[in-house]
Amino acid sequence: MSINATLIGQMITFTLLVWLTMKYIWPPIIAALEERKAKIADGLAAAEKGQEEIKLAEKKAKSVLKEAKEQSAEIINLAQKRANEVVEESKLQARKEGERLLDAAKAQIEQEMLQARENLRKEVSALALRAAEQILKEEIDKAKHQSLLDKTAEQLG
Amino acid sequence: MASEGGATGYIVHHLTPLSVGEGFWTLHLDTLFFSAVLGGLFIWFFKSVADRVTSGVPGLAQNFVEMIVEFVDTQVKDTFHGRSELIAPLALTIFCWVFLWNSMDMLPVDLLPMIGSLMGMEFMRVVPSTDLNGTFALSLSVFFLIFFYSIKVKGIFGFIKEMTCTPFGPWLMPFNLMLKVVEELAKPISLALRLFGNLYAGELVFILIALLPPALQPLLGFPWAIFHILVITLQAFIFMVLTIVYLSLAHEDH
Repeated sequence: MSINATLIGQMITFTLLVWLTMKYIWPPIIAALEERKAKIADGLAAAEKGQEEIKLAEKKAKSVLKEAKEQSAEIINLAQKRANEVVEESKLQARKEGERLLDAAKAQIEQEMLQARENLRKEVSALALRAAEQILKEEIDKAKHQSLLDKTAEQLG
Repeated sequence: MASEGGATGYIVHHLTPLSVGEGFWTLHLDTLFFSAVLGGLFIWFFKSVADRVTSGVPGLAQNFVEMIVEFVDTQVKDTFHGRSELIAPLALTIFCWVFLWNSMDMLPVDLLPMIGSLMGMEFMRVVPSTDLNGTFALSLSVFFLIFFYSIKVKGIFGFIKEMTCTPFGPWLMPFNLMLKVVEELAKPISLALRLFGNLYAGELVFILIALLPPALQPLLGFPWAIFHILVITLQAFIFMVLTIVYLSLAHEDH
């Protein structure tokens, strides 16, 4: 049990081991640990940020929805108003059209009545003329009494 | 084996190193060989992990290595507040190496010596920490580092001043110096002897248990082995922590 040269050998081995650890083992492992720490911190920060963004987006969505609702209500109101107007307008137009048609029909009826009366007058005068012709036969000259006949026909109307 | 030369012979045989050379230039081949192999094992394993280390999801081996590295790093950061590239790797090396040394104690006491004797080696002591040369090699290296850092941090005059003028002021200079020298020398000696004593005694108990009748051996060997797991880890840990403490004291300027 004595101290001897083994000590020196052991010290050399020890120095070598420490040097190897210091150069090749400690730095990469610690670097990896630090990197992971940074990654985790980044991840947590990103998650927090994401959550905040979600909150913000929700708020925004709510406001957009509200706005849209308001807008749609406005549009519906406007449309209803417009529809009422259109209905009123078309009612008015229809009434006008109806009156116009009625007037036209009345005018036509009047005209047709006039025409019929004219025709009737002509026919009656022709009938009367024929009757007179038959009665009078020879004495009556058509051309000579035309104006007389016309006057008679006029009095018939 | 117990019959060869009686119990004393068996014990002595087990605690005698395989050596070559004479006087100071004796070399304990078993201590050198086993500590080098264990050191190589440590470097190989940690290097293989460090080469493919990832900051993503770690594998099984990386997890294990990270656990040890973080454990050592925490110890260093708790105690040592300066900046040093050396102390943490030094602490890691000491912890792992001493742990591996000590854990050689868990092998059956006769296993490796028997294999050695088959290969023609007369003696073999497999636990490097039962060799004073092994433990003193560590503690003296630490002692030199303490010396080196004391002078580096405080300057040569600061170091002399601390050695002579504390704790009792410049008027008691010789007394201070004596006190300080004893204090500094006590560090490596206590470090080395603590480790050596614990492991030597542990190994001795294992050898004594091996001398008992075979029926009794597991009865005592098993509890002692379990208890020794604690001793192995604890001694490695103590050696590491004290190294850190001594080196951080060397860094402090009074």
